[in-house]
Amino acid sequence: MTVEPPGVRGQDTAQTGVSTTTAPLDVAAIRADFPILQRTVRDGRRLVYLDSGATSQRPRQVLDAERSFLETSNAAVHRGAHQLAEEATDAYEGARARIARFVGVNTDEIVFTKNATEGVNLVAYAMSNAATSGPEAERFRLGPGDEVVVSEMEHHANLVPWQQLCQRTGATLRWFGVTDEGRLDLSELDTLVHERTRVVAVTHQSNVLGTVNPLESIVRRAHEVGALVVLDACQSVPHGPVDFAGLGVDFAVFSGHKMLGPSGIGVLYGRHELLRAMPPFLTGGSMIELVHMEHSTFAEPPQRFEAGVPMTSQVVGLGAAVDYLSVVGMERIARHEHQLVERALRELSAIEGVRVVGPTETEQRGGAVSFVIDGIHPHDASQVMDDQGVEVRVGHHCAWPLHRRMGVPATIRASFYLYNELDEVTALADAVREAQRFFAVTPTAG
Amino acid sequence: MQLEQMYQEIILDHYRNPHRHGLREPFDAESFQVNPTCGDEVTLRVRLTGSGTEATVEDVSYSGQGCSISQAATSVLTDLVVGRPLREALDKQAAFTELMEGRGQVEPDEDVLEDGVAFAGVAKYPMRVKCALLGWMAFRDAVSRVVDEVGAS
Repeated sequence: MTVEPPGVRGQDTAQTGVSTTTAPLDVAAIRADFPILQRTVRDGRRLVYLDSGATSQRPRQVLDAERSFLETSNAAVHRGAHQLAEEATDAYEGARARIARFVGVNTDEIVFTKNATEGVNLVAYAMSNAATSGPEAERFRLGPGDEVVVSEMEHHANLVPWQQLCQRTGATLRWFGVTDEGRLDLSELDTLVHERTRVVAVTHQSNVLGTVNPLESIVRRAHEVGALVVLDACQSVPHGPVDFAGLGVDFAVFSGHKMLGPSGIGVLYGRHELLRAMPPFLTGGSMIELVHMEHSTFAEPPQRFEAGVPMTSQVVGLGAAVDYLSVVGMERIARHEHQLVERALRELSAIEGVRVVGPTETEQRGGAVSFVIDGIHPHDASQVMDDQGVEVRVGHHCAWPLHRRMGVPATIRASFYLYNELDEVTALADAVREAQRFFAVTPTAG
Repeated sequence: MQLEQMYQEIILDHYRNPHRHGLREPFDAESFQVNPTCGDEVTLRVRLTGSGTEATVEDVSYSGQGCSISQAATSVLTDLVVGRPLREALDKQAAFTELMEGRGQVEPDEDVLEDGVAFAGVAKYPMRVKCALLGWMAFRDAVSRVVDEVGAS
């Protein structure tokens, strides 16, 4: 299955398909690849899409790859010996190999799931299942006295599954706090993570604050005490170069739809030796080695964790998304978003009555900027902003405890991606001022 | 522009100066409702005199946090139901719910809904309908806790 190269015309790409150029992005050329960005909203307004942290838009190349796969090679993978089954399996496994390379790991360390949430649940439930598995699963067993450490800035997807695991096993949940500036409070790292800590599950980059967490010290301490590190990489993998092997994490999850790919496809990375020893979560077809009426044995990873007919065209689409991102270059995307964030922080801070929730400096900070406006509930503000064509997310962004910690019931979040223009940041600031005008809370309007 | 249709002056007035705001005693039942998608919440208390659906709504008090739509809708609710027979209050609840779920296709009856007709524009924004109904859901839920003939929804 070959994928048409991304239409980022006139830009250097190396033979490997990975761009090494440092030139700024040609955003106009990129935007031309995204049909949805050409549409208007609410009575002919230009669409200013600033909600890529929730879901990203998809380029023609991804849509074409899915369609072309379905029109030429569709079949159930890892079953049957006919030509279509062969082609479909090649497309599926070929995409796995490219996705693995994209995050710096081996092909057999990549497991496909429905979404990132399922990836976290897979690990958490495999850990419960370890209680009734053989001795090889010993290191995944949890019980009373054991501890799981998360953080107060986690998305519910990297919090609730661990709460539930603790409830099922009798283990105790603990967490890193968050500072007033929106950084992880690691001052008690050595006492919080200790000999009884079995799992440390943290986010790489906060979906609300934009904070990029310092993984090195966390991973070092966790491994010192024999704990496994589970990384929520949903907001980092789409936006910059990420190398799981280099980071030294044990597991990591990310989702396709936040990185130009389809929905219905998530990725779980697990270090090979761990996946080999870990019991399955979902069982059934495809994940077995031998099945008898009394008992069964299981396939080697990654198949052990992919029960049933998998998401095939979605995997092919995600493979195309990874190709697209690789040709553009993750370093360049990160730099582009850095510029957008820098301007957003500057323009929003300049508006009286606006308060950014999260780091106000751009170091170790990604492309999500959350804020509140004095005197206007985020829901109301976003309605006016939407009327201006500016699509932002409001609410607690599936991080309710974090909002409580920051002392706000809800925030407005603008999140950026490679297709956002710098002038869209100005449109954001203009829309905020329009909301203040509409609800008459502008200081000058008395 | 649809935005002005949504944020009618009546709604903004109720938001800035909510009627019967605050939690009061005595009360017969209390309901806590939350909108899990945005985190808005309301705690609402109902005081009834008399029994069954023949009772009269003596007082409705509430507190919570939320957008202008949810806060104003709860304020309007108290105007519509306090001092009325419960049966009539429930009819108004049904009429308001029908209006909000009508995607802008339901013509509201001003005799029944009074200031509530101002929310007709909100019904065109499906994501905001839950905001307008939050307080009303709390009212229905509270009543259902003390009046056997009334179901929770």
